[in-house]
Amino acid sequence: MPTTTPPPGKAALTGTPFADVTASATTLRRFLHGLPGVDTVGLEARAAALGTRSIKTTAKAYAIDLAISMIDLTTLEGADTAGKVRALGAKAVHPDPTDRTTPKTAAVCVYPDMVATAKEAVADSGVKVASVATAFPAGRAALAVKLADVRDAVAAGADEIDMVIDRGAFLAGDFMKVYEEIVAVKEASGQARLKVIFETGELSTYDNIRRASWIGMLAGADFIKTSTGKVGVNATPANTLLMLEAVRDFRAQTGVQVGVKPAGGIRTSKDALKFLVLVNETAGADWLDNHWFRFGASSLLNDLLMQRQKLATGRYSGPDYVTVD
Amino acid sequence: MANPKSIFEYAPAPESRSVVDIAPSYGLFIDGEFTEAADGKVFKSVSPSTEEVLSEVAQAGEADVDRAVKAARKAFEKWSALPGAERGKYLFRIARIIQERSRELAVLETLDNGKPIKETRDADLPLVAAHFFYYAGWADKLDHAGYGANPRPLGVAGQVIPWNFPLLMLAWKIAPALATGNTVVLKPAETTPLSALFFADICRQAGLPKGVVNILPGYGDAGAALTAHPDVNKVAFTGSTAVGKQIARTVAGTDKKLTLELGGKGANIVFDDAPIDQAVEGIVTGIFFNQGQVCCAGSRLLVQESIQDELLDSLKRRLATLRLGDPLDKNTDIGAINSAEQLARITALAETGEAEGAERWSAPCELPTSGYWFAPTLFTNVTQAHTVARDEIFGPVLSVLSFRTPEEAVAKANNTQYGLSAGIWTEKGSRILAVANKLRAGVVWANTFNKFDPTSPFGGYKESGFGREGGRHGLEAYLDV
Repeated sequence: MPTTTPPPGKAALTGTPFADVTASATTLRRFLHGLPGVDTVGLEARAAALGTRSIKTTAKAYAIDLAISMIDLTTLEGADTAGKVRALGAKAVHPDPTDRTTPKTAAVCVYPDMVATAKEAVADSGVKVASVATAFPAGRAALAVKLADVRDAVAAGADEIDMVIDRGAFLAGDFMKVYEEIVAVKEASGQARLKVIFETGELSTYDNIRRASWIGMLAGADFIKTSTGKVGVNATPANTLLMLEAVRDFRAQTGVQVGVKPAGGIRTSKDALKFLVLVNETAGADWLDNHWFRFGASSLLNDLLMQRQKLATGRYSGPDYVTVD
Repeated sequence: MANPKSIFEYAPAPESRSVVDIAPSYGLFIDGEFTEAADGKVFKSVSPSTEEVLSEVAQAGEADVDRAVKAARKAFEKWSALPGAERGKYLFRIARIIQERSRELAVLETLDNGKPIKETRDADLPLVAAHFFYYAGWADKLDHAGYGANPRPLGVAGQVIPWNFPLLMLAWKIAPALATGNTVVLKPAETTPLSALFFADICRQAGLPKGVVNILPGYGDAGAALTAHPDVNKVAFTGSTAVGKQIARTVAGTDKKLTLELGGKGANIVFDDAPIDQAVEGIVTGIFFNQGQVCCAGSRLLVQESIQDELLDSLKRRLATLRLGDPLDKNTDIGAINSAEQLARITALAETGEAEGAERWSAPCELPTSGYWFAPTLFTNVTQAHTVARDEIFGPVLSVLSFRTPEEAVAKANNTQYGLSAGIWTEKGSRILAVANKLRAGVVWANTFNKFDPTSPFGGYKESGFGREGGRHGLEAYLDV
């Protein structure tokens, strides 16, 4: 627990209205409970309304390429092998072997022991390697174990770390523990960009998701991320909209921009386009870039590729015309 | 991406006009037939977004009103004698045809009215069908409506409706009238006659007996003749307070039953513990839905002073994302003002606001060169004394006032000649209940705004009118009880 040197999150907030928020468990708790509430019906209605935007022709072509470039192409299975990870890396670099104008994905996302293999597979293509860490997905391990997990991934060359928060501590009201863990992981991540996964499906209420977003941002997260993809409810338009509001408000008040990554459950191009509309009309154009917005997905890529081929040729090809990896 | 800051421009996504076939001319719909006006007069209906003439429509005069009322009277005998279940079948059939033809009707309504297709498709048409379904269900259950056994219909209903929700207002009027066994003569507004004439066609498609529904497009003189006609038993009017008062004078001293749904100056009250992001959405829905041409619009924003700056910043940021333009484009949020006349009225009231010292802010957006347009606008530094805080503007203009305590909020909200709608935004349930009880408004929404449902009664206090439409309460206006 850092007590002598200020954690990086705190340092970044010096001079902002939030410098003292994390001074103690009490101040943090008071701050989080003072955030404006979220009306469930209103939030979901707004997300649904934005889902009726009609994205056609040139806008669709732009959005499909943008979405491909924002994918963290993910494999997080017990059955992952070096072969599987290499195939994933190849796919990330050249998503559509028949069309070299197809953008690369943003990253491949793997378990820590696969980072070195993934790194080799993407080589100097510009595709990043992200690694889940901190006893993903449950996060039920001692802090020392979590930090070792992170350091291991970073040492193997991970460009990005996807950590999970301690949902148990959060639900028990121990916000400070959640905050300090993120701060510690951020420190252990070094130069790697840190994505903080809240597992929104377990936090359950929108008020909780807003509070978690602020804990993550205050602690120095580079990205806030909805889910692990391992529980029943993962990314939804509504929870992503709420997190986009949080990063928008955080930048307005601190000048610090934080990215957003919905993960899990986004499988179709139509869904992906709806999320991009949410970004465009909530956080704004500054987030329409894979440095600030990502999709944690695997099967989404092939659907985007099929839509891309359809736009180029006027015909639907079918699943045999995209690679299965 | 090569260009990370490139803008996500939505390409045009227009709904197809070809789904609706508008005839070059339309007659009056009397006794199941389309006919010319007795004096042969016609008028043109234009599309407010382009000023294109959509069709030429027969203009009803006094003689036509008389003919239509006679037809309705003749039809009343058999129609009112039908078992409720039989009348219900016709209404269910009409509701289903409306659903089947909803895309066509949505495009038509957007062309004739100027409102975005997003609204006609997602709000107007679903509500129209729902209203007919709802009252279809009542037709054979009137014994259980709370008015004793076998409540009787009144006779011929003369109904005059406005241009802001042409087909929905028609549904609000015709569905309960038919369910209770009355027959109808309805006059749509002169700027939006087309969807009512398409409805006439739907009545024929549904096999509705002749004369049960008569549609008389025309101007105020036809409306006046209809409400004054001695053989009309029930007058229902939705529109301006000025015309409503005139109708009340006309009807005074007769045994006609009268309901009026008139203007409003709804207060949308935002407390400091409100869910801010959703409140901003509610304010936008409250005043910019249908370009603010809504009688129950939340045209006065009452915001607690402690959060005023923060809320206004959020609101302005949100207004900058509104998309104004071609109403047929599926991505359009703000369509055209319904007529040149209405645009002139909104413009004049906004100028009065500026002249009286209120601060004007308009969302940055380019207005099309043809058609009638007004950018979403808000006024700050407004007090209760300003014209823009008192008069109904009936356009996309929001007046922002502040308050310090709940008592002050209630006092200011009620300090108006109107009393149609109000909104309360707070996360505190007890405050919602306490404030709602003190507001003199027919509809009070909590943490939402402009939500409609056929099961819910709607109507006003004070100069916003009397009588209720919708729900079980809506039956009373058409029953001899």
